[in-house]
Amino acid sequence: MKKWFDKILPSFIRQNPEERPSPIPQGLWQSCPNCNEIIYGPDLEENHYVCTNCGHHIRIGARHRMSYFFDNNEYQEISESIETKDWLDFKDTKKYKDRISESINKINEKEAIISAYGKVKDREMVAAAFEFRFMGGSMGSVVGQKFTDAVYYAVDKKLPFVCFSTSGGARMQESLVSLFQMAKTAAALNDLKQAKLPFISVLTDPIYGGVAASLAMLGDVNIAEPKAQVGFTGPRVIEQTVRVKLPDGFQKSEFLLKHGMIDMIVPRTELKEKIFNLVSKLSPKIDEA
Amino acid sequence: MSYSFLDFEKPISLLEKKIEDLRSSQDQPDVIQSQVDSLNKEIIKITKELYSNLSIWQKVQVARHPHRPHFSDYIEKIFHNFDEHRGDRNFGDDRAIIGGTATFKGKPVMLIGHEKGKDTKDKIERNFGMSQPEGYRKAARLMKLAEDFSMPVITFIDTPGAYPGIESEERGNSQAIAYNLSVMSKLKTPIIVIITGEGGSGGALAIGVGDNISMLEYSIYSVASPEACASIVWRDSSKAEDAAKAMKLDASNLLELSLIDKIIDEPLGGAHRDIQKMSSVLSDHISEQLEKCSSLNISDLLNERHKKIMSYGAIE
Repeated sequence: MKKWFDKILPSFIRQNPEERPSPIPQGLWQSCPNCNEIIYGPDLEENHYVCTNCGHHIRIGARHRMSYFFDNNEYQEISESIETKDWLDFKDTKKYKDRISESINKINEKEAIISAYGKVKDREMVAAAFEFRFMGGSMGSVVGQKFTDAVYYAVDKKLPFVCFSTSGGARMQESLVSLFQMAKTAAALNDLKQAKLPFISVLTDPIYGGVAASLAMLGDVNIAEPKAQVGFTGPRVIEQTVRVKLPDGFQKSEFLLKHGMIDMIVPRTELKEKIFNLVSKLSPKIDEA
Repeated sequence: MSYSFLDFEKPISLLEKKIEDLRSSQDQPDVIQSQVDSLNKEIIKITKELYSNLSIWQKVQVARHPHRPHFSDYIEKIFHNFDEHRGDRNFGDDRAIIGGTATFKGKPVMLIGHEKGKDTKDKIERNFGMSQPEGYRKAARLMKLAEDFSMPVITFIDTPGAYPGIESEERGNSQAIAYNLSVMSKLKTPIIVIITGEGGSGGALAIGVGDNISMLEYSIYSVASPEACASIVWRDSSKAEDAAKAMKLDASNLLELSLIDKIIDEPLGGAHRDIQKMSSVLSDHISEQLEKCSSLNISDLLNERHKKIMSYGAIE
């Protein structure tokens, strides 16, 4: 809800939470984008950026994800050096190449996903985490490749695989190359299944389009964070098409749970423990090297 | 038969009009005939010129031509003994995707494809070729049936995309599409994919993973429809033409990118100008592909398919 004084502020002072460069508020005291409560920064960090007042799960970046997942924030990256390729020489209002370098400069990540392996409660696992601040976490060839490489690393080393997804979908700027990454990631996951290694898919706010309709929905277990918004088509497009007001909570985790698309909703602070437990059941015998 | 002409085909339509006028005139029949003949030659010449140099946007228009042959035409003209198999065995039967068994040169095949519908009533029933989850689930069911009874799958893609509706989301559009990708990448029977008109987004890919991916000369295939891409990237759906160009969604560009395996030539002026000829060209293509697939044993076929899928956008 917009406060009345927000409306009279000049636009350069007005801050729309959606337009902030970083989803993580900076500074010692931070405000929750949902309830506006001012929270002490270290408390928020300690609580995995879940608002201590209203329980809102503030969006966090891929590195943050990894730091909460792997023991002591220690992990080795997989295929980290692959660089984005401009297959189509794509240009809209900006050149694709420029959009990429802007993203790189803004958040100091090379692409919209990180793949890594490390230990989770002393057990080796492979994980991928999407980075929403990098072109909306969209999946182009590099995301598809890094995801696939992570899956095959897991297959090679006989390790469980976890992916924390957040993405606007397939990346428009690589068009059909992006679309085909859906097939590629799905095919790789088949090989993981063949090797009897579990894939835990963690759905975090938001996931749409080609990522929802491929890897994110293919978990042996699909887990969502509370109130994550996940769907194939965005609500605006649906509303324009069907010309009906969308029901409350449409496409939220609770909606997905009710409609049978996910196994469970798990708060961020409990994710690591829950994933470890699930993996222990799905893949109890492991040859620790 | 009278065609509806696209804007860029105006020179052709003017000549066709002249022929029509001549035919209804009172002149000597042999005089009329000789004039008609020379006009027809002119039409062929102009059509050749126009079609040898279509812009990407013009190809989009041909791919969406109101008379463009549909899957149901190809079923009738290329195959025999078709039985439609309906329903996903879970919720319903989506009419935007048709599936069924048929014979091709005496051998059984499984056909699956989008159908946009012909007249207004049919189009509405078929939801303009935009499937809901039941369509994809029916497709998956039929693919498995084909696997069980060892017949190849041939898919015909022609859809603007998956239907963006509330119920589609409730019944798991994403899951249905994702599941199909998984099924197709390991299905133990050949899959021949042909993009005949519009290949729009996940709705197209949901029946689009296979051993040979070919496109009709004037078909299109992209991550999102030009309008959707324009509204996402330009924030203005009227920029569809720019989006189509930027996405390089035509067959020749996609072949160059090694995303498809082959371009299937269309008759002069597009598939709709000679459906019979288009069907016979398609029939030859299908024969050739089936023969190629049957020369491999299943595990080699699956290895080749896997290699192909992994090559999409692979970066060294």
